[in-house]
Amino acid sequence: MMRESFIATTTELLDDDPRTALVLADISAEPFAPARSRHPERVLNVGIREQLMASVAGGLALTGMRPYLHSYAPFAVDRAYEQLKLDLGHQDVGAVVVTIGGSYDASAEGYTHQSPGDVALLDTLEGWTVHVPGHHDEVPAMLREAARHDDRVYVRLGLQENDRAHPDAGRLVVLRRGGPLVVAVGPMLDPVLEATTGLDVTVAYTNRPRPFDAEGLRALTGGEVVVVEPYLAGTSAAAVSAALEGVPHRALHLGVGRREVRRYGSWRDHAREHGLDAPGLRASIMDFLS
Amino acid sequence: MTATAVQSGLGPLLHRLTGDEKHAPSAHSTLDVLWVLYDRVLRVSPETADAPGRDRFLLSKGHGPAAYYAVLAAKGFFPEQWLDDLGGWDSPLGHHPDRVRIPGVEAGTGSLGHGLGLSIGVALGLRAQGFTRTRTFVLLGDAELDEGSNHEGIAYAAATRLPITAIVIDNQSSTHGWPGGIAARFPGWDVSVVGGRDRDRLEHALKPRHNRPNLIVATVERKGS
Repeated sequence: MMRESFIATTTELLDDDPRTALVLADISAEPFAPARSRHPERVLNVGIREQLMASVAGGLALTGMRPYLHSYAPFAVDRAYEQLKLDLGHQDVGAVVVTIGGSYDASAEGYTHQSPGDVALLDTLEGWTVHVPGHHDEVPAMLREAARHDDRVYVRLGLQENDRAHPDAGRLVVLRRGGPLVVAVGPMLDPVLEATTGLDVTVAYTNRPRPFDAEGLRALTGGEVVVVEPYLAGTSAAAVSAALEGVPHRALHLGVGRREVRRYGSWRDHAREHGLDAPGLRASIMDFLS
Repeated sequence: MTATAVQSGLGPLLHRLTGDEKHAPSAHSTLDVLWVLYDRVLRVSPETADAPGRDRFLLSKGHGPAAYYAVLAAKGFFPEQWLDDLGGWDSPLGHHPDRVRIPGVEAGTGSLGHGLGLSIGVALGLRAQGFTRTRTFVLLGDAELDEGSNHEGIAYAAATRLPITAIVIDNQSSTHGWPGGIAARFPGWDVSVVGGRDRDRLEHALKPRHNRPNLIVATVERKGS
């Protein structure tokens, strides 16, 4: 569903804004074929060449265009990391990187097609805004807003979705008020809400973990904070620690583990294996708060 | 000192850069090509360094930029005094060029294998915006071709008949060489091989527009010789 939102919105952007361009590396080329036939000079498919995809985006941006690029996260980020670092960041230009296949969405494809570390990799670089939508209706505004400036933007599309969309959740949005703070990022919201049923906790949601809403976190943290992210566990630990500098606190960071799970199945199976389904989260959170 | 260095007055400028130049042998391999580009081919000057329709030149081979800096200084893109403090804390000039710091530099390079892909994006961006007269040039080294990312760009430019001009300076510095020749690695490109010290032949090779990608292999003396 998120991928369809991305394709529809980006197709509209290409129609509406002559500054926008789309660079593909075969992934999703077919659904973008109508856009490509209308805008052959701005919808570019370089073939299975992700390094080139990122470099071309950098070159387009150097001429003042606004490039969107797209592939599986392991190829767009892990594989092309140096191109993101040098052909965007070092050139002082930006692009909008839109990925599918983060974490274990490509569950049956195996570890070659998975990237739990994409957001952590981008955290080593300067100036990336990271969106992790929790619902497909949150996607269009992220893509449209990104067309209006030249910064570096990452949009991480996933298969897992919450029941409903929460617009304007760049800053922390409080969905349940109570005791210790539990922060849910993107599609972790519904499992967190289910996991904390009956517990005296505050649940806050964000779909834009970078830049992290430090002010909101300081205001909501009473001394204990749990962060639940749909990518590598602890990715936001440094951001949370920086936000709470000087504030005595205990923190628990839950997310995808480093250990490679050499199993297939569905994303639900992997979520369970990593303790990111509701029962797993409930056990971890209760243990931390007890 | 090459003929170009003497005749164009670059000799004193290059001399100011020597001393702590990191990659001296390769630096001067590019000198004549760069001078011909900036003196006879590129439609760019200090006054038009930010004009959207200016010709673009990307030094992909960011190593050994002394000749590049000397030519840019000689053409007035930045003060010659900058040449006296290469790599210093207060200097805009590093051992690899930074486009953010140096007027006239189109791309920050150093890590090999990035300039060709960037230049393809630049050419595509210019075409999409209607700058059909603007040309895009990129300079690589023969050893730089070892990096696989180049071969993504070589194939894509050929497949899409993108009219960019790539210059490969061949000073035989690639560890395993290119048996059969460098030009054979550029299928689908127009190709010429010229002496990298012959300014008139370089100009003759660089000036014409092509309707598909164009490679000029500029051969110079073997690195270290």
